[in-house]
Amino acid sequence: MACAEIDLGEVPGFWKRRHLLTLEELTAEEITLILDKASIFRQAITEGQRKFSLLAGKTCVNLFFENSTRTRNSFALAARRLGADMLDFSASTSSLSKGETLIDTAKNIEAMGVDAMIVRHSTPGTPKLLADNLNCSVINAGDGPHEHPTQGLLDILTMRQRFGRIEGLTVALVGDIAHSRTARSNIWGLKKLGAHVIVCGPSTLVSVRWRELGVETSYSLDDILPRVDVLNLLRIQFERQSRRPFPSVREYALLYAMDNRRLARTKPHILILAPGPINRGVEVTPDVADGPQSAILDQVTNGVAVRMAVLWLLLGNR
Amino acid sequence: MDRILIRNGRVIDPSQAIDRVTNLLLAEGRIAAYDVPPEAAAEVVVDASGKIVAPGLIDMHVHLREPGFEEDETIASGTAAALAGGFTSVACMPNTDPPVDTQAAVEFIHGQAQRADNCNVYAIACVSKNREGKELAEIGQLVKAGAVAFSDDGAPIGDTELMRRAFEYCLMFDKPLLNHAEIRELTQSGVMHEGLISMILGLPGIPAAAEDVMVSRDIALAEATGGRLHICHVSTSNSVDALRRAKSRGVRVTAEATPHHFTLTDECLRSFDSNFKINPPLRGQEHVDALITGLADGTIDVIASDHAPHAKEKKMRELDQAPFGCVGLETTLGLVIRRLIEPGHLDWPAALAKMTINPARILGIPKGTLKIGADADVTIIDPAARWKVDPAQFRSKSCNTPFAGMELTGRAEMVIVGGRIKYRRS
Repeated sequence: MACAEIDLGEVPGFWKRRHLLTLEELTAEEITLILDKASIFRQAITEGQRKFSLLAGKTCVNLFFENSTRTRNSFALAARRLGADMLDFSASTSSLSKGETLIDTAKNIEAMGVDAMIVRHSTPGTPKLLADNLNCSVINAGDGPHEHPTQGLLDILTMRQRFGRIEGLTVALVGDIAHSRTARSNIWGLKKLGAHVIVCGPSTLVSVRWRELGVETSYSLDDILPRVDVLNLLRIQFERQSRRPFPSVREYALLYAMDNRRLARTKPHILILAPGPINRGVEVTPDVADGPQSAILDQVTNGVAVRMAVLWLLLGNR
Repeated sequence: MDRILIRNGRVIDPSQAIDRVTNLLLAEGRIAAYDVPPEAAAEVVVDASGKIVAPGLIDMHVHLREPGFEEDETIASGTAAALAGGFTSVACMPNTDPPVDTQAAVEFIHGQAQRADNCNVYAIACVSKNREGKELAEIGQLVKAGAVAFSDDGAPIGDTELMRRAFEYCLMFDKPLLNHAEIRELTQSGVMHEGLISMILGLPGIPAAAEDVMVSRDIALAEATGGRLHICHVSTSNSVDALRRAKSRGVRVTAEATPHHFTLTDECLRSFDSNFKINPPLRGQEHVDALITGLADGTIDVIASDHAPHAKEKKMRELDQAPFGCVGLETTLGLVIRRLIEPGHLDWPAALAKMTINPARILGIPKGTLKIGADADVTIIDPAARWKVDPAQFRSKSCNTPFAGMELTGRAEMVIVGGRIKYRRS
């Protein structure tokens, strides 16, 4: 298939990033720039243009130390659509099981001639550790409960497509805030773009310290429902909890599951997001997840567009 | 042995409340005379004008890693680092492999220290057999071998009944228990202080309460048994409060603080640099302030480094896999001057007391004093030297310092151990 042409416009001089590690460190202008470029890619995808040569000759590698379906494939697809070569590194079959350190493994992969390393790891800060020790670009694809910047960006892009703006929106993040990297990336991105953010969930998973960052905290989904524009339903991260922070899944679902009864009390234009994978029946009931207010599949499409924009801005624009 | 005349230095000895410029004579390995004439006969004459002449500094909390972890430090390299930091005596913790829970292990440490021939080394032995926290080690035999105190440092003594029994048993020997105060159930996989920063970084936290609860427990047990308690590396404001109240009731409790805890905060972890991964963790500013207040009002008796060397390959890991701890022997004095003396929190005699006579009294060792007849352990300090921390210059085998690049004031110029000049800054 022939490569399509695309007009991505100018890249302003302020964009100097080599890595994408967090949304905390990005400015509102930088976030908006990524979203703008992602919108162009999203439009092209929708129009059936799927293959570009913008990163021809570049090599990206997925270095995933935690399970992932969506993010891993989304990055791989984004890189290939831009014409880059894509290497997929699986931690279980690597030398790590032979005792090689992470930095050694990463340096060896980099020595094969890699331009960007896309890293997922269970330990916060690991992408930064690699960025500090490697010469290639490093993209954080999720570091424990710390950040997942492209997830935050695709959530925000989905909101912006629906409402045309982020400023002034009230966005509630519901669920396991304590263990959620998606929550942190959403909070930083949304706050920088002027949204009002509420974190909502059981008190064992919602720290009141979020207030120190200008975030509203709530333990009652029913209280906040009537005034939110966006609900982002976060998965309960059972695998990160040493002891379950609430008495039972049943009790959690009774307090926080988004079902039709709760949906009836929301604003008519409510937008429902879930970063997935979702525990159906725990965070959200199937009828709501598959209903007209849900943009869960839209998020997935936007994920590819956001990752194309990020890869292009980090690799193609120099 | 050569006579050494130290001329014209400001001699500060908190054990005798001395602080004046004088000429001090060392002879036959002992402190011989004050106020000797400047032309008195001596084989070695040291001009200490503008310098401080202090009793040899004591660090009562170091990890020398030998036996078992010689890739991190040896007794030879650790004591060389001690000399460069101005210390003439160190007390080393028993969390080696095997741990120091037998007479033979204590004697091995003494033997290695003798062969290294750097500074004095005192052994702290395990409270529990194999450092497992289950049953008491043979404390009587360990005392006989020369152990000066007991600790399972690195781990707390979690079993409250064992702690009580240890207090009671140590009464016979008048030895202190040095507890690493931490409720393990509350710390689990934590890597840093639990607070706003840990929340932002998504790193598992170590709450201040994990220390507060244990300090309160230990104080209650010391009070109930009459035992001697020394709290290692105090890091929280509530610990300082609890210690202050306990002391006012006459409980036999003492405490130490480290330079990293009175200097750095959890903000440092934003770098994700594992050199800031320390246990107890670097806390918030309110805790740092409380430690400084506690040091100033005497609640905290001792400044100790908790020198915890780790080889580079161990620290260059994901943050959750890197071990806890930082080196400190070669930066402690500079940080005490920079952070405590220069801003006026402590004067020189008060600061030096926490590094000389106070730890000597807690450990029951005849050190930390310039009394006539005492061992001639002397540290000569240039209080004005400005220098920058450069890990490449360390004598320690490891360079895991959180202070790399920091500008410090003051350092040891000469260190004399038992009347012999063991270190001279070149």
